[in-house]
Amino acid sequence: MQSQLETIYAQAAAELDSIASGEALDAWEAKYLGKKGVVIELVRSVGTLPKEERADFGKRANAIRDALMEAYQRRSESIKAQALAADLEGGAIDVTLPGRPRQMGGLHPSTHTLRRFYEIWAEMGFQVYRSRDVEDDDTNFTLLNMPPHHPARDMQDTFHTTTPNVILRTHTSPGQIRAMREFGGEGTQPIRIILPGMSYRFEQITARSEIQFHQVEGLAVGKHIRMSDLKGTIAEFAKRMFGQNAKMRYRASYFPFTEPSMEVDVECFLCGGTGCRICKYTGWLEIAGSGMVHPVVLRNGGYDPDVWSGFAFGMGPERMTLLRHAIPDIRYFWGNDLRFLEQF
Amino acid sequence: MRVPLSWLKDFVDIDLPAEALAERLTLAGLEVAAIAYIGVPQASVPGLRYPKSDHLVWDRERILLGAIREVKPHPNADRLVLAMVEIGGGVIEQCVTGAPNLFDYQGQALDMPLWTAFAAEGAEVWDGHSDEPQRMILKEKPLRGIPNRSMVCSEKELGISDDHDGVILFHEPILRRDGTPFAPGTPLQDVLGDVVFEIEFTPNLARAISIYGVAREIAFLLDLPLRPPSFDAVMDGAPLGDAVRVEIRDSALNPRFTAALLRDTKVKPSPEWMQRRLRLVGSRPINNIVDVTNYITFEIGQPLHAFDYDKLAARAGGGAPTIITRTPEPGETLETLDHVKRALEPHNILVADTAGALSLGGIIGGAETEIDDGTRNVLLEAASWNYINIRRTMTTQAVRTDAGYRFSRGVHPSQAILGLKRGIELMRQTGGGQIAAGVIDVYPNPQPPIKVDLPAREIERLLGVRMSAAEAAGLLRRAAFAVEIDGETLHVTVPDYRMDIGEDTIGRADLVEEIARAYGYDRIAQTLIADEMPAQRGNPALEQEEMARDVLAALGLREQISYRMTTPAREAQLVPPGLASSLPLNPYVTLANPISSDKTVMRKTLLISLLENARHNARFTNRQQVFEIGAVYLTRPDDPLPDEPRRLGLLMTGRRYPVSWLGVDSAANVDYFDLKGVIEGLLRGLHIRARIVYERSPHTSLHPGRSARLMLDGKPVGDFGELHPLVASAFELTGAPVYVAEIDLDALLGFSPALYPITPLAVTPPILQDIALVVTEETPAAAVEAVLVKAGGDLLKRCTLFDVYRGDPIPAGHKSLAYNLVYQTDARTLTDNEVASVHQRLVKAAERELGAKLRG
Ligand SMILES: [Zn+2]
Repeated sequence: MQSQLETIYAQAAAELDSIASGEALDAWEAKYLGKKGVVIELVRSVGTLPKEERADFGKRANAIRDALMEAYQRRSESIKAQALAADLEGGAIDVTLPGRPRQMGGLHPSTHTLRRFYEIWAEMGFQVYRSRDVEDDDTNFTLLNMPPHHPARDMQDTFHTTTPNVILRTHTSPGQIRAMREFGGEGTQPIRIILPGMSYRFEQITARSEIQFHQVEGLAVGKHIRMSDLKGTIAEFAKRMFGQNAKMRYRASYFPFTEPSMEVDVECFLCGGTGCRICKYTGWLEIAGSGMVHPVVLRNGGYDPDVWSGFAFGMGPERMTLLRHAIPDIRYFWGNDLRFLEQF
Repeated sequence: MRVPLSWLKDFVDIDLPAEALAERLTLAGLEVAAIAYIGVPQASVPGLRYPKSDHLVWDRERILLGAIREVKPHPNADRLVLAMVEIGGGVIEQCVTGAPNLFDYQGQALDMPLWTAFAAEGAEVWDGHSDEPQRMILKEKPLRGIPNRSMVCSEKELGISDDHDGVILFHEPILRRDGTPFAPGTPLQDVLGDVVFEIEFTPNLARAISIYGVAREIAFLLDLPLRPPSFDAVMDGAPLGDAVRVEIRDSALNPRFTAALLRDTKVKPSPEWMQRRLRLVGSRPINNIVDVTNYITFEIGQPLHAFDYDKLAARAGGGAPTIITRTPEPGETLETLDHVKRALEPHNILVADTAGALSLGGIIGGAETEIDDGTRNVLLEAASWNYINIRRTMTTQAVRTDAGYRFSRGVHPSQAILGLKRGIELMRQTGGGQIAAGVIDVYPNPQPPIKVDLPAREIERLLGVRMSAAEAAGLLRRAAFAVEIDGETLHVTVPDYRMDIGEDTIGRADLVEEIARAYGYDRIAQTLIADEMPAQRGNPALEQEEMARDVLAALGLREQISYRMTTPAREAQLVPPGLASSLPLNPYVTLANPISSDKTVMRKTLLISLLENARHNARFTNRQQVFEIGAVYLTRPDDPLPDEPRRLGLLMTGRRYPVSWLGVDSAANVDYFDLKGVIEGLLRGLHIRARIVYERSPHTSLHPGRSARLMLDGKPVGDFGELHPLVASAFELTGAPVYVAEIDLDALLGFSPALYPITPLAVTPPILQDIALVVTEETPAAAVEAVLVKAGGDLLKRCTLFDVYRGDPIPAGHKSLAYNLVYQTDARTLTDNEVASVHQRLVKAAERELGAKLRG
């Protein structure tokens, strides 16, 4: 029996030495050291031997088993190391092959800009108020100090509907009246809102003008709202929108629903104010029309203009988006060409 | 309006560079849209930026005022002459020229010189023969054997206009502002050089739409003295007497009508200085009478109208004419100067006489009584008109004139008499004759001046600028407001021409604006609102909408935003022929003045926007997965304003995955279940816990077998599925099938909770088991799942379909549905017996309620 033990040992050790793969090693382990492995069977067979042989045989069998197990461990580690080395050396892929594409969705560029507006204005306490696209003439014009045939109506070419007195809003300003009447508590409550929405103008559609565009109007009404607050608030917005170094220019202007009225320019962020094609070599970009809310508008909103005051401003998100991304044609916005949309 | 700097200087002494002046005007609301330079250089003003002008700057040494003393024939050429040009210091230069306007003077002795623009050798000019702008330097070059090293220039060669028909020629000496003539050899820059501002006027600046009006603003802004033009007329002719009578029928429409008569005058070309100015502002000179009416319109903003008096008298049967201003009789017509025969409308206001209409008041004259070369006696009208009425008439009669433009913005009645006197005097000076002594002035209701009391604290309340009453008064006085100070209150009397200043509260706001403009907007501080913060309301509807956008983008869809205008015909393509429409039946919101024939109504469905965009994009891509959120417009019987509900539209078509070298699936197209996956993802992303049921959709734009209606708690929320093949082909989408959804976003978001609890993490191990059930084809998957879920009770935590199998050994007309089941309690580990018993319950329930068989 002892000789059989030694023969098996020698055979197992020799086989182990020639093993090069993990699979062969697993097979070897099953053959010799598995539950029904040859060596294990031998160890187990001790009980069948005559008593006087048991001690020696058992000792030797255990020693062989332990030696083979240890050799197996060593062999296993060396095979793993070899495999690892082979993989590290020879397992290179072409890293320039394109990646597996993910399904990428995304938002319309106007939505991106609108969200930026919402965020910045919310930080300053202006909340979003939305109102309707199809408006009545009174709210769009008359209540905003533009009675019928007022020359200021020439500034806003209007889409009329076949229903008398019903038009497509030419700006989001009618929302001022609606908001003051809804939130003003009969002229007793301050208001701070922005009014985003689609507006419509009867114009030829060209690379530079659209019949449909977003506007974001802002309105603050209170007992101590001053024009200096308007300047400071818009400057604050411009800093957050265009950078801390944004320089501003303020021009007198005219809107029927504000008095005094003011246009706001920001130093061209494309050329740094040195003059370029986009800013028409003036170094300035117009970003907002604004002013103190006209007394007639305050009154139409339910406020006493001798006690209450307010400011309002209007901005064009598409125009700002156009400038920021060098979009050559405003018709891209509602054209919805995926080649355009997928760039945002 | 074009505003030449040289003309402005008649009224105000400006020593600011033109660019700095333009900036000041722009900041004060008179937007200088462009600056045109004539011969003079562009200045560089520190801190200011403007486009670089590429105009020609006239060389001060080489481009000079010349006096042509003699025009000699060219010895060798019939089509050339020799102009002998004095250029100062007695120097005469000989210029060979083919200018046709010099030929008449050939060989004559010139008693009076012809004044011209002379360019010496080495001067840079525009090439007059080139169609494209091309500069050239004058070089010595003999012409037909005669030496020639300089030239007399056309307007084109100097960049004044495109005129190259002849050389610049004046018969009268050109005068300085002090009346002395410029000498030959004066640099031409000083004589004809100019800067012309193109100014855009907002509607509140009616008072400034004239050279004098702009000068008045400049004087106000720069605190300079203003020199008004002369309003004196030499009225030494025979008295006006009863030569004409004037009757105003409605003084609300025609507040004032003034007239004067110039007798025995001669109609001829205007003096050259006047012609030059008119050309600078873009008005074509005609004759001195017409030119003066235009000149006054541009100069002081009061339009005038000249009648041939004798034609009026003839219409009155030889007697004294009576001018009547009135609205038209029914059916009345008028042929205006532009030779348009106009059907008059009841609101039009006419200047008429007893024989009928003469002109459209304040807008355009009539053809019959216009000035012609034979006119001897001129009746000049200066009137004022209701600006709203003028605007309305210009719109309805589709006529735009310089006069109408000004009257439609508002010209105060006080200006009529000023324009009348200045105009009739200029006509006398240019055409001769005598002005009849006296004027007609019908002015039934002169309004007293507007007075406004302005407490100085209003300035601080509205501007945030603390200012004393004295300082504010000083600023207002600059703009010709009369101000008395009473303590801290300003009693302000408004100049009559300031029609933009109102009374009371509005007047105070108007004055505060005037103070702000004079003070300078740039000097107002930048402050942050110190006022109390209003109630913060948030906008949950918007926040939910934005959440839906984020979820859809995360699900791989791209947002689009479309025109909201369409046509009924375009939307009708959504209905397959022969089927009923599933679109809202409300009549369209219809545009009365559509911009084009493809945008006549407001959309009632997002499907039209989605499919038209898909048709466009199909030309460039084989993979489209998009959404749009936006309003549709549904008219209401009981409200003139439509309902504007928010809709969500989805569209998926073409490749499921972006093209890739990896994997075989990249060729597969999306199907119904891709779209449904998006909808399920959206419901999950919005945390909707309502009972979700998918029914077959009755929407006729969709494939009847491959479309569904989403029901939340029994309420229909939207339809989705494969586009009906006939609709797809109507939109030329005949490639891969198109999947669309239109969802009532307001309804959907109504189910999205503001707060939602999460499920605590179980600490007990789950027991996983599979079950495969064979059911008939007709049994919906949802029914099987419902039975399992109900039978599983609390112990069954999850039930996920992972396989649908048809074919051997499943009998024909049947299918096998295989589910992963997760059993778990929150409190303790389940025993094998418990699991076996509930599993058995599931099998029994399926057998009993669905006739299902456990698959072996
Ligand atoms: Zn720039």
